[in-house]
Amino acid sequence: MPRAVPEVNAGSMADIAFLLLIFFLVTTTIDTDKGISIKLPPMPEENQPKNDIRIKERNVLQVLVNANDMLLVNGQPLDIKGLKRRTKDFIDNPSKDPELSESPQKAVISLKNDRGTSYNIYIQVHNELKAAYNELRDARARMLYGRGLDQLSESRQNEIKDFYRQVISEAEPEG
Amino acid sequence: MKLKKKDKPTPAISTASLPDIVFMLLFFFMVTTVMRETDLKVKVVVPQATEIQKLEKKSLVSYIHIGAPTETYRAQFGTAPRIQLNDAFATPSMIAEFIDKERAARSEQEIPLLTTSIKADREVKMGIVTDVKQELRKANALKLNYSSSLRTEVY
Repeated sequence: MPRAVPEVNAGSMADIAFLLLIFFLVTTTIDTDKGISIKLPPMPEENQPKNDIRIKERNVLQVLVNANDMLLVNGQPLDIKGLKRRTKDFIDNPSKDPELSESPQKAVISLKNDRGTSYNIYIQVHNELKAAYNELRDARARMLYGRGLDQLSESRQNEIKDFYRQVISEAEPEG
Repeated sequence: MKLKKKDKPTPAISTASLPDIVFMLLFFFMVTTVMRETDLKVKVVVPQATEIQKLEKKSLVSYIHIGAPTETYRAQFGTAPRIQLNDAFATPSMIAEFIDKERAARSEQEIPLLTTSIKADREVKMGIVTDVKQELRKANALKLNYSSSLRTEVY
């Protein structure tokens, strides 16, 4: 007759599991990585002739950031808090100001910083420029379709993104 | 009328299913946990921004950390901001090699989707970031993400 196998006591199982659970709870970092996404321009080819595309001055918004984190927008000093407003006015040009861009598609933002500019202000400038585009896109989505941009179908989203195409040209910093 | 209360002892709640519940939670955390692969040798406090996007595929992201060395390494490397790739301090010229290695580890279809995330301290100057950007352009790794945390107040 085979001997009866004694049953394993499972009473402490919960304790062991709890211990492991607490270990994983403590060590887990559910850090979703978030940030501002940009696309870098490709490196120009060595033998490629330098073709300077002429762009009308009114279609360019020049944003300069110096080593003291101060902004100069089209030659005038500006606080970072006013940059979004200024950019939106420039892109959309609702009052048809001859100093501002002809149309949203022709608008180009030129960004130039110094090597001594702080990374923080650089991100803030990028953020404000992006915010300006996002707000304009959202406003257009609401005007045309009565809904926010993120609630539209992908083709309509792309259509609006094409209308307000974000063109930021970054110059290599000097100094 | 007076309600008669019976002195019935409350039955004990059965805890037999407790281990099952705990195990379920345990497996959930085991599966979702990503152990930190790299030791951070630089101090990084990312800047805050409002227009941030989530990076979708974590496996397709390579990280470049930029910041001042932490206290342990200060005696050896000083306090000037440095670049960290994987587990070691690096110079901008080593980025091309790093990107090549990251690409070699992925299949061919995934290569165009690779994103580089720059985790830089908000205190660093643009000089070092620009050097990294130039190297990435040379290596043709053009999808870039500046890691930032969410800021709630809007200008």
